[in-house]
Amino acid sequence: MSVSVRVPTILRTYTGGESEVTAQGTTLAEVLDDLEASYSGIRARILDDNGALRRFVNVYVGNDDVRFLDDLATPTPDGTQVSVIPAVAGG
Amino acid sequence: MSAVIAEQVTGNTPDNTPGTTPGIREGAFGNARALICRECGHEVELGPHYACMECFGPLEIAYDFPVVTREEIEAGPRNIWRYKALLPVPTDIEQSPNMEPGFTRLLRARNLGRELGIETLWVKDDSTNPTNSFKDRVVACALSAATEFHSKVFACPSTGNLANAVAAAGARAGIKTVVFIPSNLEKPKQVNSAVFTESLVAVNGNYDDVNKLASEIAGEEDGWAFVNVNVRPYYAEGSKTLGYEIAEQLGWRLPDQIVIPVASGSQLTKVHKAFQELVKLGLVEDKPYKVFGAQAEGCSPVSTAYKAGTDAIRPVKPDTIAKSLAIGNPADGIYVLDICRETGGAVEDITDDEVRDGIVLLARTEGIFTETAGGTTVGVLKKLVESGQLDPTLETVVINTGHGLKTLDAVADSVGPAATIDPSYAAFVKTGLA
Ligand SMILES: Cc1ncc(COP(=O)(O)O)c(C=O)c1O
Ligand SMILES: [Zn+2]
Repeated sequence: MSVSVRVPTILRTYTGGESEVTAQGTTLAEVLDDLEASYSGIRARILDDNGALRRFVNVYVGNDDVRFLDDLATPTPDGTQVSVIPAVAGG
Repeated sequence: MSAVIAEQVTGNTPDNTPGTTPGIREGAFGNARALICRECGHEVELGPHYACMECFGPLEIAYDFPVVTREEIEAGPRNIWRYKALLPVPTDIEQSPNMEPGFTRLLRARNLGRELGIETLWVKDDSTNPTNSFKDRVVACALSAATEFHSKVFACPSTGNLANAVAAAGARAGIKTVVFIPSNLEKPKQVNSAVFTESLVAVNGNYDDVNKLASEIAGEEDGWAFVNVNVRPYYAEGSKTLGYEIAEQLGWRLPDQIVIPVASGSQLTKVHKAFQELVKLGLVEDKPYKVFGAQAEGCSPVSTAYKAGTDAIRPVKPDTIAKSLAIGNPADGIYVLDICRETGGAVEDITDDEVRDGIVLLARTEGIFTETAGGTTVGVLKKLVESGQLDPTLETVVINTGHGLKTLDAVADSVGPAATIDPSYAAFVKTGLA
C-alpha cells in the first residue's frame, strides 16, 4: 500500500526539506517503520520511548485523528493521506 | 511545572539573547529571552515557532525579568500594556496601532454570591474588551509578534471569538487577515468577523478540523502568522494579563479560588503562570490558591480525565451549545489537569440546560449578559459549591470571558415577554405584575 505522508516543518530536516513523501504499509505502524527506513531518526520524533504516539503530536489518516480510529493499528489503504501535525489550540 | 516557571523568571543563557534572529529588531520581544519547550526544556531562539524539535512539546516564552515594581505598573496605561515588562512585546508597544484591550472591571458580585452562598465573590468581566471577549488580550500580543516578524497575513482557526478579535485587530493594524471558523458557528460570531475582514473562511467540520487545516496552511505558506499556531507562544502570554489584573485589582493579592472556562486550556494555564510570576517577582505575597476549570458536558475531555484520575485526555467530538469551548482535542488539557490537581482545585462540567441557567443567573443577579462560555463557568461555580468542592467561605473570582449578544440564540427560547397585552391598564393588572 502506497500512502502519502504530510510532514510538519519541524520534521523536514529528516526528509531533506520535503513537505510530502510517500511510504508503504497496511497500517500506520508499518507506514512509520517504512518512513524510518527511508528517513532515519524520524520515527523516534513521532513515537515515545514506549512506542506510543507522543503526547503532543496528532496523526491523521485521511481526515480523522487516529485516536478516534485504531491508533497505530489504523489501516492505511492505498492512496491514503497521512498527516503528522503538532498539537495546537486556543481558539 | 513550578521548576520550569522558576527557570523562566530567573534563568539566563548568555549565548541566547533576544533579537539575534536576522531581521528582528533589538528588543522586539521585550524581556523575553528564548522559546523553551514546556516538556523537555529544549530552547530555541525567538521566532515564529511553536513546537519542540525534540518532542513536539509546546514552546513557551522564557524571560529574563528585570526588577518590576507595583508603582511602575500602576503608572502605565489602563490596558494590558501596563504589564508590558512581563510580556513578549517591545517597550514602545503603545506606538503601534492596536485595540488596547484589558483593564476590564472586577465586580464585587454580592447578589450572585448571596444566591450561591459564597461570602466573597468577584466577577472579572472580560466581555467589555474591544470585540467583547478575552481574546483581544491574546490577539494584541500575537499582533505584536506578527508585526516584529514582518508577517504579511494575520490568521487563525477559531471557535468564533478569536476570529472576531483577529479580524478587528488586523483591520486596525492594516494587515491582511484570513480567519477560519467551523461553518456551523453562531451567526453573530460570523457577522462579527465578516464585518472586519473580507476573508472569513467557513470550513465544513468542527473546530479540530479547522485547526488541522490551519496547521497545514501554516506549514506551507510563508509569512502567515497564525495567532494560535505558529505565533502561539506569544499569543498565549496575553492571557497572563487576566491574572495580573485580578491581583492588582484586589489590591495586589491573589484570590483564594478562581474558576476559569476551559477549551484548549491555554487561558487557565496562563492565569496560573501569571500568579506564579507575581509571587516570584515579589509583587504579591505567596499564598495557596485553588484553580478550577469549567467545561460543558458535550465537550468535556479535560473534566472527564480529571474525574477518571488519569493524565491521558481522550479527544471527543463536541456536541454542546457552548461552541466557544468546543475544542475536542485540547492542547493544554494535561496542564489544566496538573494545575487543578496541584492547587487543590477541580475540573467540572455541566449540561447545556445548566449552561443556559448560568447565563440567566448571572444576568439576573449582576446585570451581566455573558455568552455560553460564561454560562458554563457560572453553572460550574454553582455545581462546585453544591458538591462541596469549592469552599464558599473563601474569596472567589469567576472569569466572564465573552458577551451574551454573540450567542443570543442560546437563551432566546428561555427568556421573553412575561405577557403580551393590549395597551390598557386593566390588561396590565391582569398580568399580576403590578
Ligand atoms: C469566550 C471564551 N471563553 C473561553 C475560551 C477558552 O479559552 P482557552 O482555549 O484558552 O481554554 C474561549 C476560547 O475560544 C472563548 O471564546
Ligand atoms: Zn521538547
